[in-house]
Amino acid sequence: MFDVIVIGAGVSGSAIARQLSRYNASVCVLEKCEDVCEGTSKANSAIVHAGFDADEGSLMAKLNVRGNEMMDDLARDLDIPFKRNGSMVVCIHKEELDGLKTLYDRGVKNGVKGLKILTREEALEMEPNLSENVEGALFAPTGGIICPFELTIAMAENANVNGVEFRFNTKVEDIKKGEDGLWHLRTNNGEYISKYVVNAAGVYADKIHNMVSADKMHIIERRGDYCLLDKQVGGYVSHTIFPQPTKYGKGVLVTPTVHGNLLVGPTAIDIENKEGTATTAQGIDELTAKASENVRNLPMRNVITSFAGLRAHLERHEFVIEEVADAPCFIDVAGIESPGLSASPAIGEMVGNMLKEKMNLTEKENWIGTRKGITRTEGLSVEEMNALIKKNPAYGTIVCRCESITEGEILDAIHRPLGARSLDGVKRRTRAGMGRCQAGFCSPRTMEILNRELGLSYEEITKSGGKSNIVIERTKGEV
Amino acid sequence: MKTYDIVIVGGGPAGLAAAVAAKEAGNDSILILERDHELGGILNQCIHNGFGLHTFKEELTGPEYAYRFIKQVLDLGIEYKLNTMVMDIAEDKTVTAMNREDGMFQIPAKAVILAMGCRERPRGALNIPGYRPAGIFSAGTAQRLVNIEGYMPGREVVILGSGDIGLIMARRMTLEGAKVKVVAELMPYSGGLKRNIVQCLDDYGIPLKLSHTVVDIEGKEHVTAVTIAEVGPDRKPIPGTEERYTCDTLLLSCGLIPENELSRAAGVQMSPITSGPVVNESLETNIPGVFACGNVLHVHDLVDYVSEEAKRAGQNAVKYINDGCKEAGDAEVIEVTATDGARYTVPSTINVDRMDDLLTVRFRVGDVYKNSFVSVYFDDERVMHNQKRILAPGEMEQIVLRKTQLQEKSGLKKITIKIEKD
Repeated sequence: MFDVIVIGAGVSGSAIARQLSRYNASVCVLEKCEDVCEGTSKANSAIVHAGFDADEGSLMAKLNVRGNEMMDDLARDLDIPFKRNGSMVVCIHKEELDGLKTLYDRGVKNGVKGLKILTREEALEMEPNLSENVEGALFAPTGGIICPFELTIAMAENANVNGVEFRFNTKVEDIKKGEDGLWHLRTNNGEYISKYVVNAAGVYADKIHNMVSADKMHIIERRGDYCLLDKQVGGYVSHTIFPQPTKYGKGVLVTPTVHGNLLVGPTAIDIENKEGTATTAQGIDELTAKASENVRNLPMRNVITSFAGLRAHLERHEFVIEEVADAPCFIDVAGIESPGLSASPAIGEMVGNMLKEKMNLTEKENWIGTRKGITRTEGLSVEEMNALIKKNPAYGTIVCRCESITEGEILDAIHRPLGARSLDGVKRRTRAGMGRCQAGFCSPRTMEILNRELGLSYEEITKSGGKSNIVIERTKGEV
Repeated sequence: MKTYDIVIVGGGPAGLAAAVAAKEAGNDSILILERDHELGGILNQCIHNGFGLHTFKEELTGPEYAYRFIKQVLDLGIEYKLNTMVMDIAEDKTVTAMNREDGMFQIPAKAVILAMGCRERPRGALNIPGYRPAGIFSAGTAQRLVNIEGYMPGREVVILGSGDIGLIMARRMTLEGAKVKVVAELMPYSGGLKRNIVQCLDDYGIPLKLSHTVVDIEGKEHVTAVTIAEVGPDRKPIPGTEERYTCDTLLLSCGLIPENELSRAAGVQMSPITSGPVVNESLETNIPGVFACGNVLHVHDLVDYVSEEAKRAGQNAVKYINDGCKEAGDAEVIEVTATDGARYTVPSTINVDRMDDLLTVRFRVGDVYKNSFVSVYFDDERVMHNQKRILAPGEMEQIVLRKTQLQEKSGLKKITIKIEKD
């Protein structure tokens, strides 16, 4: 029996788990996949939005701005990369210049600091690769870029160190209020019981909600296709470049990533498939065309991978973070689409405060608010490298050539709390396999390490859990 | 750390041949840096035969071919370090590398030979739509899993791209009991050698569909099916031509990319066509004393030519050191260019004074040409006109220039290779 069960180990669930780990309460996170950060949290724009987009007075606006403010401290405490590179909304049609002013005004009302409307010349001076057609731009210096994997993993890890339990490969199939007044969650791994349930199930939040409420919810999966470009062109723009928003969202952006690649996307295509993360040729063509309206000669020949993520879109386009009216002690965290990543620390704070009040939770005396990330070798001096290799020779072996990731970093990723158990788990924690060869060279090496360190047979090693095995059997040569 | 005259980056076929040649040319201060745990490079996983027909007049397997050179390296006492990654090459030829035993170390070299080879173009770079499940491999990764690790990636296979590794793997997977259903090639011609199409596909009844590409990948966790479609002259899929193949494995053999991240960071000038360094007759890059050979320079079909090219790089590195590490200076150079169907040449410039008596110029064509001529022009004068029954992008071509021929033409500015109908 747990005080609180959180369903979903995405960025919202992990933020909530970390916040709850401050209190004297037993907390468990149930995740249907084999790792944290497997759904929407792993496939998005990796942006910390400034907060000028969401409607004034909306929860989205409030949590976006609050999350943005919290990000510096959080990144420092959890030892994850975060950069305020600033964002620009680019206007390419003279008759739409008013739109920039509307955004500016909304941003000011939302509490976004430092907004400025730029002339064509100012915009081009800041971003020489903007389209020739640029007429003006809104500049938001507080916009930032972050690694969504590291943010989610770090929050989950920190929660775990502070006592939150995580159950992976555990899918909630049904939820009933028992006669004991507790929630009974039926899963593929047996029954879990708790006083409170937090529904942070991303695109599945409607399914989970509908298990307990007569007031049905419907989430629309709004797919976004992306292309990731080689670090060679990572500096093509230095700010996050947005078009002017439409009713489908913030549009196709072009941005550097915090690790130095260039990211282009997303499209916005409504589908009715919670697992529909397949990209389409039309989607890729569309994002290329749209991004090219704002950024000239986009170097799309440097694409190293494309992917798609699903936004958990609600018709009313608003975060729903509340106790379900006809299901007391059941809290929805639903409709967390963009700017969900930006807002995640504030979502954690809000849900934590709700539960603290409802459950009269007291703070732990020994809560550890900081976490040391994986020791990165990138950018270390010769002396620093040698000190590291002397302590642990595994830091002297490069496994991933493209991103220069050492065996030491991979061992750390495997053996730390909530460590990696698959190729994608290693990739999202260390970046091994995330580079231009897309794991062509390092996957056999990483398999070797997973085999040795976790005692997994080669046949058991997966790309990302489930049936995603890499190999099926020995070759005929084996005696 | 000891210092060395010549640091060779890469211990594959190019690095090995360069090292042997440099040693035989009289230099005793050579170090090979290899990132893998043994010398031989990609040849170690190429366990099929067909290597060495030109060099040794024998048909060897990849490891056998590699061992011929490894043995010479060992016999000649050439130093090498395994499991060692070169992290940086500075413009002053200081090489920074790293391994478990030595930690991170720097070697100020007099000459550097780039021999890092190439990598395969991954799925992401091909923009193939669909899911991103397990079961998608570049052909070389699958080759490593099967031939080195000893594991099968799957039982039912579709291959996109008809590069040589893909063709070889079609046969290899078949021999291991897998069913290779089809090889789809985007272009109207194969990217591989004719002999591989015959020996690896035709002999096993594996269909090759030219002008076809993958338009969908199914399976959220693991590949369950792949759909291919015919493409038009614009290389866009033609609606209505889709064919769906159930399978658990998709192999990609869609081109090789020279691995020049180190070269680029060092300031080496690159050719946008080969994705390799621009070199002169000595296989020297724009940085004096930095030489390139093998697949890092331009992708080869036959390892024999890699060895031959690398030998010249090794010899020229020694010559550079023996001549006092001088820059080429303002010496007159002849530009070598490719037009009218020829895509590029290696080398790009020739300094007649520094060239050997015979100089091989290698190039590739951009399309299939039947009964055409390879023509060589000295400025506007046609000096060579060789008829070829077939020229294909998958097969590297070469011409040989004589030093005397160039010396006779004083004032020669430009040599042009063209493909001509008559």
